[in-house]
Amino acid sequence: MQVPAQFQYEKATSVEHALSLLGRYGAESRVVAGGHSLIPMMKLRLAQPEVLIDINDLHELARISVEEHKLCIGALVRHADLLGSAIAGEHFPIFHDAERLIADPIVRNRGTVGGSLCQADPSEDLSAAFAAVRGEAVIQGTRGSRVVAVRDFFVGPYQTVVEPGELLVQLRVPIRSSASAYQKVERRAGDWAVAAAGAELRLRDGELEEVGIGLTALGAPGFHAPEAEEFLVGGPATDERFAEAGRIAAEHCNPVADQRGPVDYKRHLAATLTTRALRIARTRWHGQHHEEA
Amino acid sequence: MEITVTVNGRSYTRDVEPRLLLVHFLRDELGLTGTHWGCDTSNCGACVAWLDEVPVKSCTVLAVMADGHRVSTVEGLETADGLDAVQRGFMECHGLQCGFCTPGMLMTARWLLDHDPAPSEEDIREAVSGQLCRCTGYENIVRSVRWAAEHDTGRAAEPITEEVRAEVRK
Repeated sequence: MQVPAQFQYEKATSVEHALSLLGRYGAESRVVAGGHSLIPMMKLRLAQPEVLIDINDLHELARISVEEHKLCIGALVRHADLLGSAIAGEHFPIFHDAERLIADPIVRNRGTVGGSLCQADPSEDLSAAFAAVRGEAVIQGTRGSRVVAVRDFFVGPYQTVVEPGELLVQLRVPIRSSASAYQKVERRAGDWAVAAAGAELRLRDGELEEVGIGLTALGAPGFHAPEAEEFLVGGPATDERFAEAGRIAAEHCNPVADQRGPVDYKRHLAATLTTRALRIARTRWHGQHHEEA
Repeated sequence: MEITVTVNGRSYTRDVEPRLLLVHFLRDELGLTGTHWGCDTSNCGACVAWLDEVPVKSCTVLAVMADGHRVSTVEGLETADGLDAVQRGFMECHGLQCGFCTPGMLMTARWLLDHDPAPSEEDIREAVSGQLCRCTGYENIVRSVRWAAEHDTGRAAEPITEEVRAEVRK
């Protein structure tokens, strides 16, 4: 039987209350929301916080809205809610592509968007999706909030820039004309990615004006592929160039061999999935804009 | 700490350790052993119960998180009118062999039919994709849910909209 070690439990009633609890208990405390990463880690003693601060009652963090031309996703939004959000899917279909493949429907009812990012698992899907679309993380502390680009949010595996005493409260993505997609290979339904890639693009007069590429489970720093993005911007959106971008992304990422596959297989997937995500995003762009390829 | 949880419409107050998992609260504190305790890692779905009308894996929810909330378990499916359509479907179509996964399958199936009264085979397979049947009786489980959909008369179906999602989370 797997049971966490003993801990003290505090239920936060507001963001301010959560911050004051975080301030009181410091680095020995952990925030819990869906708990689908933290509770399993606590069962295995990979995490052993002395205090758990439950933020499930902070309904103000559970909303998806559009404010000042940004899609705003509260940190407490459940995966099922992001998947069910028409407004999120309309502007950034990459989130629906990714959410359909994150764990299973029951886990998605409980797990949260903010929790997934804060867990910073190298195989987590939304991290790459937000990196691809150049999302921003809003982090609140007792002395106010700060905004960090999601690409700069991750310090390393399981580490983020969120300091003890701070709370991730929201993810934001500037809404602009773009198309996006996410492609993942998993061993079985609901599994972590063997590898995955997300892509976002905008065309202008037949040339790629903006490109974002996110990579999951491939050891890409900040979950993205800047070399492949730089290669593509300013040129046409052809199959040949997408294939080359995939090759560049595969060359610059750093996958590790594990039970899901050897390095060369994962590099092969990096190239294939990057190319595929770019092609789907291009198809969606033309579907929206009726522009000639 | 003392918690009060409404399970299948009945209120229970118990003094529990914060580390107690919801599945053990249901089974050991309340004696509701219909909810099964399986893999402990949120993979198998034997422990699926509803928290505030939403299916969750109760091995990965703390009992204290349910304080002040509503929980529904397989024991709550049967009414004065008899077994629920999903229970009858599993009987009619041989939807269980050893029965270990059945309570979780029933709770997910009931939720699916509450929100989608005529699911396709693909919808059913997707709905139970986070639940394992080690007898590998998936064909009959899908058949059972389809039978239940065809014979379900008791409950008003509610489409899954964003408003529904927002409502059930209050």
